[in-house]
Amino acid sequence: MTELRVSYTLDSTLETVDSAEQTASRIAAESGFDEDVVMQISMAVREAAVNAVLHGNAYDPEKKVKLDFERTGNDLVITIRDQGKGLDLAKIPDPLAPENLLKTSGRGIFLIRSFMDEVQIVPSQTGTEIKLVKHVHGPSADVKEASQ
Amino acid sequence: MSMKTSTRQVDGVTIVDCSGRITLGEGSVILRDTVRELLSKGQKKILLNLGDVTYIDSSGIGELVSAFTTVRNQGGELKLLNLTKKVHDLLQITKLYTVFDVRDDEASAVKAFN
Repeated sequence: MTELRVSYTLDSTLETVDSAEQTASRIAAESGFDEDVVMQISMAVREAAVNAVLHGNAYDPEKKVKLDFERTGNDLVITIRDQGKGLDLAKIPDPLAPENLLKTSGRGIFLIRSFMDEVQIVPSQTGTEIKLVKHVHGPSADVKEASQ
Repeated sequence: MSMKTSTRQVDGVTIVDCSGRITLGEGSVILRDTVRELLSKGQKKILLNLGDVTYIDSSGIGELVSAFTTVRNQGGELKLLNLTKKVHDLLQITKLYTVFDVRDDEASAVKAFN
């Protein structure tokens, strides 16, 4: 897989959410992931972007969302940072608990964790950073490993 | 492609044919407004046909849950019809597949309301 590093600084708008999803879809497809995995990656990025725009930056026009894509030989790593007050991980309910099943929100982080191989969430007082990793399991990874 | 809905009546059941994306913003709002309008007209047997829904995010899932509980709280019933594989899989992993009454045949779905 060809190495790549791109970075975007985006406004805290709904357009950013769509743009992040579309960019993730394109880069995942270019990276050789199959259609289902491309969908998973783009959806995880969309959910992370929603969290950044809506819950992190609260649509504040002064605050930005930073979106980084890094493609290495074995991984696609996507990092999304907001400038909000920092996500309180302890306050995220389990959306699969019976008492939460009929809640209308609270599934975003769960979906992100379901779709990605690794998820790191680092909240701080100056914002939240979420790092999403998808491993390459396809032929390109095998070829690379075989040549090492 | 943004979300679109059209409604039709079959044997006292309102079938809402949905197409496009049910996502944060316009898609979720259109679904919410459609269901509210039906309820305001007393149409409480609602079958959401999701066969042409290409994408749904967590906000869209939340909107489906909201529609389900809102209709039920008003003494009505809401069922889902023709889930695509993507939507089916999302409802499975969020454990909502067994919460909703999911159908894949319109005629039998309509009969199930009565």
